[in-house]
Amino acid sequence: MKLTFPHMGNTYIPVKAMLDDLGVNCIIPPFNNKKALEIGTKLAPELACLPLKINLGNFIQAYEMGADSILMTGGCGPCRFGYYCEMHREILSDMGVDMKVITLDIPGNDYNKLLNNVREITGGLNIYKILKAVKNTVEVSKKVDELERLTFKIRPREIHKGATDKIYRSFLYSILKIKGSRNIKKHIDKARNKLLEIQTDKEMKPIRVGIVGEIYTTNDPYSNLYIESRLGNEGIEVTRPVTVSGWIIDHMIKKALHLKGDERYKEAAKPYLGTMIGGHSQETIGNTVLFAKDGYDGVVQIFPLGCMPEIVSESILPSIERDFKIPVMSLIIDEMTGEAGYMTRVEAFIDLLKRRREIDAFEGKGMLSWN
Amino acid sequence: MHLKEKGCYLGIDVGSVSTNLVVIDDDGFVIEKLYLKTGGQPIKAMRTGISMLNESLGKSVNILGAGATGSGRHLASVVVGCDIVKNEITSHAIAALKLVPNVKTILEIGGQDSKIIFVRNGVVYDFAMNTVCAAGTGSFLDRQAARLDIPIEEFGKHALNSSSPVRIAGRCAVFAESDMIHKQQAGHSVEDIICGLCEALVRNYINNLAKGKELLEPFVFQGGVAANQGIVAAFEKELNAKIIIPQYYDVMGAYGAALMAKEKMCQKEYKTNFGGFDISKKEFTVASMECNDCSNVCELIKIISNDTVLASWGDRCGKWSAEGKESAQISISNAAN
Ligand code: SF4
Repeated sequence: MKLTFPHMGNTYIPVKAMLDDLGVNCIIPPFNNKKALEIGTKLAPELACLPLKINLGNFIQAYEMGADSILMTGGCGPCRFGYYCEMHREILSDMGVDMKVITLDIPGNDYNKLLNNVREITGGLNIYKILKAVKNTVEVSKKVDELERLTFKIRPREIHKGATDKIYRSFLYSILKIKGSRNIKKHIDKARNKLLEIQTDKEMKPIRVGIVGEIYTTNDPYSNLYIESRLGNEGIEVTRPVTVSGWIIDHMIKKALHLKGDERYKEAAKPYLGTMIGGHSQETIGNTVLFAKDGYDGVVQIFPLGCMPEIVSESILPSIERDFKIPVMSLIIDEMTGEAGYMTRVEAFIDLLKRRREIDAFEGKGMLSWN
Repeated sequence: MHLKEKGCYLGIDVGSVSTNLVVIDDDGFVIEKLYLKTGGQPIKAMRTGISMLNESLGKSVNILGAGATGSGRHLASVVVGCDIVKNEITSHAIAALKLVPNVKTILEIGGQDSKIIFVRNGVVYDFAMNTVCAAGTGSFLDRQAARLDIPIEEFGKHALNSSSPVRIAGRCAVFAESDMIHKQQAGHSVEDIICGLCEALVRNYINNLAKGKELLEPFVFQGGVAANQGIVAAFEKELNAKIIIPQYYDVMGAYGAALMAKEKMCQKEYKTNFGGFDISKKEFTVASMECNDCSNVCELIKIISNDTVLASWGDRCGKWSAEGKESAQISISNAAN
């Protein structure tokens, strides 16, 4: 079996670590790019959301590289993600692309199906080996997230512009050649040390922006047109609470073990959205409130066109904006998104935040500087 | 001659429909403004503009700084030589704030896009921009005016003569148009239809852009469409407030860019990048190429003059835009002029 899986930001790193450890042959599709999106757009229904389209592109590209099976996680709840697996299966078979779709779903009670799927992937069931691989995957995913968070801190403060991006990008590519969670962890540490060597401005108090929204588009730099790196290079420190490790840990592992995750966001969201309505909308609302209380300068919401939970969030965000006087910008993404218009908005938002800072600094008698 | 001593600033706004240029004096007064059609050839439009300015002002002014805005701002910055490059939202806000310092809401309708900018305490507080839906833009009005065989300049006047406007579905340009044809066939007067159309456009604008946000007075309405009395009346009716049309309403982007250039040049001693009025003598070509160095496969745009690459952009990694003078093999696929 040659297994592939869709891209979503850095997810490929922990997943690769896990499959390597389990001794599964895996094929990682090319990083998300225009071609993948074009393929997906052609195959998917027009109103399907962007992640589904890119996923399909990933699969077809991996198929061309020799993959014969797909590993996906499932989902339930009132969002379309729940039937992605079925959609993929149907669309691929309609196309005559012979690929098996394996859904790794966390069941309510019936663990048999999950075990069968795991058995199918690993070609046997050595519980000890599997648990160890899971433990290592969690560690890798946490480390990847920490590394990413470190880039968020260093990028705005670096003295030589582009230093962070250079190291980080080469890390993302070189991981492909490294096998096994142990080596991957070492490699992450190496990248971390390199990042820590970057010369930074220690005095700087960068503008802080929180990123909220749908998990795929916020985590996948290709989909959001590299917003985190762009903001960082403009001297803005970003924070994104919804991450891959958070998802693996909270949505898969803790849920399977019926443990509770970090739920501060739920509390914070309560006055605006008291219940889970699918996707990450409660996180979006709650985290926006938390950012506002924490004195952040602004919040950017990102989601794919037609994403139902985030449409609800979008309509709630203006009240938070008003109540806490924090600017929020929503960016909606699909395959038609024009880079020019998108960047104009991002630039204008940056101007807005910088200008507000200046005004605050001069107690309303702000100096004009638009540079 | 005193202009020459005091120095002037140039602002240029290269949009997809029009290219505007203004020259302001040291006090922020516009001494010359030009409104040209871009016609898909931004470089040509800029050239024409600059040589027109040369003819009218060339000998009497000294340009101390230049600013660029609009979707073609990077192109403008390279071709004309600009000291500051800013997005349209910031430029429009600066211009409005200069002319109406206590403005709280800026309504802006251009040819291809529309935006709303919320200002509080003299700062842009929030904004929304619409670049996809044609039903809220000037081009849509142009098209309907042409269909009804009425010059666009008179379009607004007709709307004011309406006694009972018809309600037109304004959700989207395609529906609005078919609904309008239907209403026409039903025998409604042209005045009522035009008025209904203006109201639909305004409704659509407010619904799409101002969603859930606080619309506070004073309102400033700018962009080419602000000349349309029908739309102004529809705004006043919908918002139940007076609408201010600023003096330079049709060139506010360029005006803002000029103001920012002035700001910047006055802060410190910079030497301006402005290339002078004789750009008509220079040759520019625009080339596009695909970079295949990584999976991003970026589409690069390069501006070339006399075989030297003046600037490139479109890369996600900074490899090309950082080194502007990179001379690689270039497939000249579309020369823009
Ligand atoms: S310009 Fe940079 S990011 Fe774009 S394809 Fe080339 S190497 Fe990749």
